[in-house]
Amino acid sequence: MSIKKLSFVDNKSINAVAIGGAVLGSGGGGDPYIGKLMAQQTIEESGGVKVIDIETLPDDALILPIAMMGAPTVMVEKFPSGNEFAQLIPMIEKMLTKPVAAILCIEAGGLNSTIPFAAASKLGLPIIDGDAMGRAFPELQMVTFTLGGISATPMAMVDEKGNGCNYNTISNVWTEKLARAITIEMGGSAMCSLYPVSAKDCKKYLIKGSLSLIHHIGSVIEKHSFNAYQILIKELNGKHLFKGRVRDVERYSEGGFNRGVVKLEGIDNFSNRDAKVDFQNEFLVAVEGEKVLATTPDLICMFDANTGDPVTAETIKYGLAVNILGLPCDPIWQSKEALDMVGPRYFKYDIDYKPL
Amino acid sequence: MIRVGVDVGGTNTDAVVMEGEKFLGGAKSPTTSDILTGVENAIKSALREANTTSDNVDVLIIGTTHFVNALIQRTKLAPTGLIRMCLPSGSSILPFTDWPKSLINGMKGSYKLIKGGYEMTGNEISQLDHDELISAAKELSDKGCKQIAISSVFATVRDDMEKEALEVLTKAIPSLSITLSKSIGGMGLLERENAAIINASLKPLAEEVVDSFKLLQKSLNLSCPMFFTRNDGTLIEAKEVIELPVLTFACGPTNSMRGAAFLSGLQDALVVDIGGTTTDVGEVKDGFPRLAGTSVMVADVRTNFAMPDVISIGLGGGSVVGLNEPLTIGPVSVGHELLQKAKVFGGDTLTATDLAVASGRCQIGNKAPPSISSLEKLIEILDKMVSEQVARARTSGKVIPVIAVGGGSVMMPSKVDGLEVVIPKNNDLANAVGAAIAQVSGQVSRIVLLNDEVNRDSAIQEVTAEATSLAVKRHADPKSISVLTISDMPLSYLPGNNLLINVTVVGDLSMEDF
Repeated sequence: MSIKKLSFVDNKSINAVAIGGAVLGSGGGGDPYIGKLMAQQTIEESGGVKVIDIETLPDDALILPIAMMGAPTVMVEKFPSGNEFAQLIPMIEKMLTKPVAAILCIEAGGLNSTIPFAAASKLGLPIIDGDAMGRAFPELQMVTFTLGGISATPMAMVDEKGNGCNYNTISNVWTEKLARAITIEMGGSAMCSLYPVSAKDCKKYLIKGSLSLIHHIGSVIEKHSFNAYQILIKELNGKHLFKGRVRDVERYSEGGFNRGVVKLEGIDNFSNRDAKVDFQNEFLVAVEGEKVLATTPDLICMFDANTGDPVTAETIKYGLAVNILGLPCDPIWQSKEALDMVGPRYFKYDIDYKPL
Repeated sequence: MIRVGVDVGGTNTDAVVMEGEKFLGGAKSPTTSDILTGVENAIKSALREANTTSDNVDVLIIGTTHFVNALIQRTKLAPTGLIRMCLPSGSSILPFTDWPKSLINGMKGSYKLIKGGYEMTGNEISQLDHDELISAAKELSDKGCKQIAISSVFATVRDDMEKEALEVLTKAIPSLSITLSKSIGGMGLLERENAAIINASLKPLAEEVVDSFKLLQKSLNLSCPMFFTRNDGTLIEAKEVIELPVLTFACGPTNSMRGAAFLSGLQDALVVDIGGTTTDVGEVKDGFPRLAGTSVMVADVRTNFAMPDVISIGLGGGSVVGLNEPLTIGPVSVGHELLQKAKVFGGDTLTATDLAVASGRCQIGNKAPPSISSLEKLIEILDKMVSEQVARARTSGKVIPVIAVGGGSVMMPSKVDGLEVVIPKNNDLANAVGAAIAQVSGQVSRIVLLNDEVNRDSAIQEVTAEATSLAVKRHADPKSISVLTISDMPLSYLPGNNLLINVTVVGDLSMEDF
């Protein structure tokens, strides 16, 4: 597999980044359309973004991940002011008494795959080619940095009104709890910078090349639409788990997450077979009959069978024909320690993770 | 009650006369460039066919493509300004983002962001400043925008601020015409405000159209009330069309699906409407079209008002057949010149209609069908094109019938995608029938925070009551109201139980208060 290295993102190539980001979103991570528009507008106003390799930075350089936290449903109504990034960076720099050298995308899936581009463009900083999930996950501690014992704090959070908040916590799980509570008070969505890391630590725990990867995936979909999944299977070592039509979508709210089950009826090569996919924001477990097809942390991705567009759990609807792909997660997620954090048992499924 | 239904299509204008559920008569007439002449001819012929006169008619219902055409052609669009109440939020995605430049230019679109809007809880993001609002409107008005669209963040949760803005501006600058986003779209600020802008830009044209239909009514001696049909297959009063023309945008496909369900007596089915140039495929459930999901593209702009979920392909009775390998049918069509150009009518162009006649599926024309060596293969291609769309439009493996309507329905095979094809009587007038049988609706979409006093059931009840009173206000007979759809969706990522509830009710038109 040869993926072209991404070195610069302008207001056109951000489109492919957004599409590829929706794929690695694995059904979650929010509406990438809003993130794309935000990045596009910022890039038009402040210029394109340089994408750099982490190896080019000195070990002591400060890398700052930027992400949006909150409900995607709020994001489609209340947009950020655009001033959040300029407020965030000094808050962190003051705490760490060091200038930020580059922006990092912490979650190369969903909305958060494009938001850091808006930040980088606005601040005139480069962005690192990589992320700390290799996909989207629902909770803030679910990053490779947690495995490396790197703290999410000092963390800064601001809302569009100009309210700011710093966190110093005892664990990343606590950060998740407190930050989510404040997010709600801030009106359901907030911009945050968290897991500030040195380039040295970043080199160890970064999932490298993920921005090049989402740009590549997006470009393949732009070019090959409904046939793209076949190319992606080959290039990304994926598996065609199922092709089916959505026969039912059950949704229920639990613990503030968008949970539910998608039931599918097989079509074409999968005729006379049934499958179901469980989601909690992201697609977590795909099952055909008694057979488990794939589970988190491997990626379960759905594509509209007619257009090739990635489909999210929030917008999936009755009647849609989809191709379901399993993509292998980054090997870093396959250790016991990692699976305790992001494996099926964490999400209360009585299943052991088996790699694709 | 005698109803006249009219559907203005791209090629033909159809009219039918119905009494209750009974089809009395109908007629087709070519659509004219002024539209009205075509409508007049169709209504006159339909009344003649139905053996009745205009003084017996109780209600006139019109479905027209005027507005969507104006948008696509970028003509007759009024200069429009948008005021978004959002600050300090909102600046990171500005209005008119992702619009085609030619369309922005076509309506001289401009905008202002001011303080205001709500959080999802209904708390104010910031208070509305009347002076700021008035000066924003003045600035837009000075640029020539007399049409103003107003949007507020989370207007779907609370619309008080949009209403307040309307009141303030109506008093301060009476010459402005105002569209509120809440009156058109659902969740999604950008899509809702896009819909509001499009609506605002069409208002002067809507007034012109309604006035000209009123004149036509006079000249035809039709003194009855007049309604238009909405995208969802229900009615809208003439005076409401002037305010909300976008709600009539996609009534064409909707009317044809509603008419197909009515004529066939099948309430749950797929509908294939084959015209001269295109084929539309959609689904009806309980006699109403399935609506598209979260957002719909209208003239390349993302909007979110209720539109039928329809798949269109370039296949129709006039589709030109290409005999060079690989064999092709369409998308080029002889369109309304079928009667001159098709081989079965003595013309020199091989069309899809010729294939249908040659294969024995129908007998039309005045010349013998041509002999075509690759006929079998071409029919296979034709059937595959239709069945692919039908398969896409299906929402389950459930066996439901396929209703074929429109002039090109004669080309349909007896089975598509394993489903039985039904071709009802008068199917070529299905869209006008759909207009004639239209009911009144009320639709409400709201986020409700569940707590000790409000549970899911009582919240749904409350929203349903709101939808019902809306329908009654629009002249629905309260006794006939039934709930068409209820959906509720928990809002993700937030603790607490926030439900997005959508309710649509429909009822029969009551003529009592006219």
